[in-house]
This record gives sequence, C-alpha cells and structure tokens, in this order.
Amino acid sequence: MSKTILRAKKINKDFAGVQVLFDISISGERGQVHGLIGENGAGKSTLMKIIAGFLQPSSGRILIDNKPVNLKDPAMAKRMGITMIHQELNLVEDLKVYENIFLGKEIKQGMLLNKRNMIHRSKEILKELGEEEIDPLEDVRNLSVAKKQMVEIARAISENSRILIMDEPTSALTDYETEILFKLIKELKQKGVCIFYVSHRLKEVKEICDVVTVLRDGRVIGEYDVSNVSEVELANAMVGREIKNMYPQKPIPKDEVIIEVKNLNVPGLVKDVSFQLKKGEILGFAGLVGAGRTEMAEALVGLRKKASGEIFLNGEHVYINNYEDAKQLGISYLPEDRKQNGLVLDMNIVNNITLISLEKYMKLLIDKKKEMEKAKEYREKFDIRCRDLFQEVRYLSGGNQQKVVLSKCLEVEPQILILDEPTRGIDINTKYQIYQFIANFVKNGKSCIVISSELQEIIGLCNRVLVMREGKIVAELMGKEINEEEIILYATGIKEEVY
Amino acid sequence: MPLESKRRFIDYFKNFNYEKLGSLIALAALFIISGIANPIFFRPLNIMNILRQISYVGTIALGMTFVIISGGIDLSVGSLMALLGGIMIIVINQFGGNVLAILIAMVVGAGLSVVLGFGTGLLITKGKIAPFIATLGTMAIYRSLVLYFANGGEYRSISSIYPKIGGGKIPLGESFFIPTPVIIFFVYAIICHIILDKTRFGRYVYAIGSNESAAIYSAIKVDRVKTMTYMIVGFSVFLTSLMLSSRMNSVSSTSAGLGFELDAIAAVVIGGTSMKGGRGWIWGTVFGAIILGIINNMLNLLNVSPYLQGAVKGLVIIGAVLIQRKRS
Repeated sequence: MSKTILRAKKINKDFAGVQVLFDISISGERGQVHGLIGENGAGKSTLMKIIAGFLQPSSGRILIDNKPVNLKDPAMAKRMGITMIHQELNLVEDLKVYENIFLGKEIKQGMLLNKRNMIHRSKEILKELGEEEIDPLEDVRNLSVAKKQMVEIARAISENSRILIMDEPTSALTDYETEILFKLIKELKQKGVCIFYVSHRLKEVKEICDVVTVLRDGRVIGEYDVSNVSEVELANAMVGREIKNMYPQKPIPKDEVIIEVKNLNVPGLVKDVSFQLKKGEILGFAGLVGAGRTEMAEALVGLRKKASGEIFLNGEHVYINNYEDAKQLGISYLPEDRKQNGLVLDMNIVNNITLISLEKYMKLLIDKKKEMEKAKEYREKFDIRCRDLFQEVRYLSGGNQQKVVLSKCLEVEPQILILDEPTRGIDINTKYQIYQFIANFVKNGKSCIVISSELQEIIGLCNRVLVMREGKIVAELMGKEINEEEIILYATGIKEEVY
Repeated sequence: MPLESKRRFIDYFKNFNYEKLGSLIALAALFIISGIANPIFFRPLNIMNILRQISYVGTIALGMTFVIISGGIDLSVGSLMALLGGIMIIVINQFGGNVLAILIAMVVGAGLSVVLGFGTGLLITKGKIAPFIATLGTMAIYRSLVLYFANGGEYRSISSIYPKIGGGKIPLGESFFIPTPVIIFFVYAIICHIILDKTRFGRYVYAIGSNESAAIYSAIKVDRVKTMTYMIVGFSVFLTSLMLSSRMNSVSSTSAGLGFELDAIAAVVIGGTSMKGGRGWIWGTVFGAIILGIINNMLNLLNVSPYLQGAVKGLVIIGAVLIQRKRS
C-alpha cells in the first residue's frame, strides 16, 4: 500500500471571476503532518475547504488512495474520512458540549438518543485532550473561546478520520492548550492519520510539521522538508512579493495635528487609547485579531458607545456621539466587514454610494440624475468594473465591492479617512489601486488611519505604526522600527514598551 | 428605432426585476381568464365593485408595504381598524353628528392612529421586541378595547352625513361612477409610491430591510425610520377605518377588520415584496390587492362555495412566494 493517501492535482478556483487558486497540487501521506503556510489571502483556507468538500474547485482533480473522487459536499468528504477544523468556530452555541461533539452523528439506541453513552464518550475524548474540566453538559455558549476551540477539536477527533485538516487551530489557544494539542497531533500521527496544518505561525510549523507547502497569492511557491529549511527561509518564501513596487512612496506628513484622541475607553475592549494624527499622515494600527483596533475606530466615529475619551479636531474639543456627528466633522470610516456593514447587497451601485450622503441629492425629492452623475465619477476614479451602475452590488467581485464602499466613504468629503482592513480578500490589482488612492488622498493635507492585519500592508504604507494588544496601545513605531519582527513582538506581548 | 434608445429599451427589460413583473403578468392572466370564464366580469359595474372592495384592505396593505420592506410586520391592523372606527363614531355622536363633529372625529382618528403607530415603533426599536410579538400584543389589546367599549355590540353613528364619505361616488357619464374609496386608494397609492421611491425616507426603508447593520454604518437613524413605518401603517389603517365605518355608518366590535392583517400581508407578498425585507414596491401591492379581489369576485361569479375561497387564496399566496424563492 502506498503511503500517499490524498493527492490534489492542478486545482484552480475562482470566485465570481476572480481567480484565487492557480494550478495547485498538493499531497498528504499517512502519518504525516503537512504544514500549509502563507499570508492572509494566499488561498490556504480556500484550498483546505476544497479538500474538505465545502467548496468545489473550478478545475482540477482530487484522488484518494489513487482513486479520483468527487467531493461534492462535506458529507461526501466525511465519508472518505476527511474532517476539517475551521478557523471560525462552527459550534451551535445553544447546545451542550456533548451535543456539539456528536452533532450529526448521534449515538442512538433504537429510535432514541443514547445520551449517557454520548456523555461518557465526550468525557473520554475531552480527557484525551487534557480538558477534564470541561463539563459535557455545559452549554457551549458559556465556554471561553479557547475552550470552544478545544471542543471543536474534540468533535473532529471523535470522527476517527484518516485525513484531518486544522485551519489555524491555535489562533485562539493559550500556550498550555497548544502544547496539549501538539501532543495529540503526535499521537494521531503515530496512528497513521494524515494531518494538514494551516498556520501563519512559522515557529509552530517548524515544531510540528514534517513537510510544509508555502502558498502565495494562490500559487504554490514550494514544498519544503521542515528539517532542511529555516524559519527565515520560510518567511521569505511566504512574503516574497516585491513590496517596493506594490506600495507607493510614503508621504511626508505636516507638523500640524489634525486629530488628537485622549484616553479613549470602551469597557472590556479599549483601554486608555491616546494618539495624535498629523495632517498628511498615514497612521497604521497593527495588532492581533481581537486587539481592540476595530472597536477603537468604531468608538472614535460614534458607532460604539465609549465610556470616556476626549477628541480634539484641529485643536478644538469635539463631541462625537453617533456616526452622523463624525460625518459632519469630516471623519469617514470604512468598516472591516464590507458585506455585513459596508454594503446593502440588494441595492444597486448608485444607491449604495449615495446612501450615506442622500441629503446632498435632495431637491423636493431625490435627484436621481445627480446621483447617477456622481456614481459615474466614482466609476471613472476607481475603475469600478460592472455591467452598469444599476447592477446590484452582490454581483460584483470583492475588489469592486470594496471600491463601492470606498466611494461611499468619500461621499462624506472626509478630512480623515479610517480604513479598517481595506484590502481584505481582494485581488492584488485592486490592492495596488487602493494603495495608490490612499497615497494620493493624503497628499493635500488630508489624513488616513489604516487598520490592517496584513503586516506587509502596514509596513509598506504607513508613516507611523501603533501596535495594540488587549485594548491598549503598546508601542509606537517609526521609520526603520516599522518591520514585521518588531510589530509581532509587540503584538504578541513578548516585547513591551511604556507608551 | 435608433440604436441608443433601442439599447436603452433592452436594458430596461434586462434590469427589470422579474419578481416585479411576475405579479403584473399574473394579474393580466387572471383578468383575461376571468373575462372568458364569465363575461359579466368585464362589466364596468363589476370592475368598480372589485376595486371598491379591495380599496379597504388595499389601503392598509400600502402602509404594510413600508413595514414589510423595512423588515418588520404589523399584525394589529385589523383590530386597530375596528378601534379607530369605534372611537370615531363615539366622537361623532358626542358632538352631534354634524360636519364639525365628523371633522373632529377625523382629526382624533388620524392623530390616534399615528400616535399608536409611534408607540408600536418604540416597542420594537427601543423595547427591542420582535415586530411579530409586539404587534401580536397590540392586536389583542386593541380588539379587547373595542369589545369593551361596545360591550361586545356595535357602534352606531347618529350622523346622516357620515355615510357620504365611504359610500360616496363620483359619476363619470350616465351609468358609470367611481366610488370614493377607489379614488382614495389610488391617490394614496401614488403618494406612497413617491414616498417609497423618491424620498430619502423611502431609500432608507429599503436599506434597513436589506441590511440594518450597513444602514447604521451609513449614519442612518434606523430606529427613527423604523418607527415612521409603523406610523405610516397606522395612518393607512385610519384611512380604511374612515372609509369603512362611514360606509356602514357603524362598526361591529366583534367582526370589523377581522382577518384584515392576513389579507393585507397577502396582498403585499403576492405583489412581490419580500417578507425578508429589502425588496418590494408599491404597485406590486396594488396588483396583489387587485389579484385577491378578482379571485374573490370570480369565485362568487362561478358559484364556488364561500368556504372554499380561503383555500384558493391560500394557494395563490403560497404560489406567489414559491415563485419569489425560485428567483432568488
């Protein structure tokens, strides 16, 4: 019997015309931990979702035990012995721990559920994971994120799969739980399970994986034997892209401060955040997911209640209690989640753009002609690709959708533009266009705040970077200090600075 | 046809929302079938009868369209109709039944309808009660009050002028006339269309129904807009109440407005407005109401048992929603 259990060949995938995976081939062997690394948006999760049957490839083949299979849905993949632990938690919050672990594969006794058996089995599995203190009868809702992640892992373990996919399993775990997880992975490996381990934490990959495949912009950059490759080499392969061409020249900020925030607090989320933003400056906010950056921005523009905090605009004390106030003061916010918060997907492009500024288009009734003219301007400016401007935005690609949201933000005629993950999930070309736009925007004394989890973006764009951790600003980086290492050291709390 | 206008013509149909076209096609088909099935159908008197009958529930449905597009629902319209009618008749009798009394009653009715709508809006936006539950509650309260004030009986107006409002008709030629409720219904439909399609408020209603969160991130005062939709439906109920109570010159506390909420919702849904919110249009509701009216009328003309009419109506509603599903 050959050791190779899964082989994916020449996988391509596109979403609404935007190709995200290009000719990817990857394979997994029995008793092997196969690492998959790459930046955000490199296509790691997409590839794994295809292997687990959640997405269908646009072209390409998947072979299991050398036989071609059609993984048309997750149930089919499960039957082939493939289980995936997702990055986002997929637990039913209102069900108990054991009910979640056995969801969809309940143990029955005749027609009825055998609860006692399931509870017992859950206890065993959790014990294996070193999580004796999780009560199988507890509602999942009441667990911490880390414990939820462990339940998710327990659920996957209970499948007795041959191929186990873990998508960033440790992002919510503490060191202690990570250690247990690694022990478990080693045991599974002994049993001959093939594990795909998706991560962007190079250290972990180096520790736990046998081979590692690097993805960048939807392409395989290389497959490496972990014992023969250094972390630095992997990092270079991951980032690779010629950053210098991607980002425009950094602007030169003026000396005047446009906005100053003092002691901004949101209970439990943002702690005593104070900073200044200069005219013509691009200020970056870096940090891990959940560091409180989005909450800080939302509190600043009045979308979230703040417990305290003072804001000075051009030296003048201003009060921002709702987004309307911020809008009047020329502060615009591009939300992190464009489908949830940025766009009304059922509406056409024109109506989305002017939704925030309809008062400018009012005679007695809405002046639809004027709206249309304005939308045409934005289409030119941002090169929005669409059938026509009456097309509903749900049918646009991610990049074009983001351009619509950006147009909407500009409708406010902002002096300060706050961009939260401005290029998440969009293609490189559009990224480039957005970077150019940001650089041009600040040229005539306007200012921009960029919140991003993509370090390269922060490094490439910003004059100054504030790093947040657990709701606090923990570092201010300028010039040469702005590099990946420094940011990560502060973001993870390894290095601390009194800011 | 010159190229440009031809292209525009084609674009128009490309962009045309087939959810919308559906109800129009259904109406046209029903119209022709009914005419063939029974030629009496085409008589102007019959047509006017249908239109008059639908204008009551139809007017409520126009208001309901706003609420449903914004993602809500109002189950209290039938009870509210009876309550407003009852109160207006009490006021008319109190002030002697003359023109002034009627005017006072109208002001009281309109004011009350809007105030109650505002209250419902507050329950839903500030009290954060699901619209279905909140209006289920108000529905029970309104009906109970109507019954209590009349002690389970009837409100009778002493006015001899009042019936002229709902029972009035405007003659057009010798044997042809338009009943006032029909005129009120269509004028109100035009006003509603303008509000929904051409004002900021209307645009916001769509935005909130489709994605409330995005509306908040667009600096829209969501609570205010939602509350206003309930005030509009309240005012619509007032119009219907005025038309119906004046036509009968009385209001039955037990049966007035019974089932109106379901018929109004049915008209909105058949017209292509999505129960999920975010999509819909006023003319669809007009078509939906007419479709329901024609079905009732045809079943009568064809001597179908009145007990079966509910089943036919139910099938039409389910069919309409199924078609919407297919499209989306």
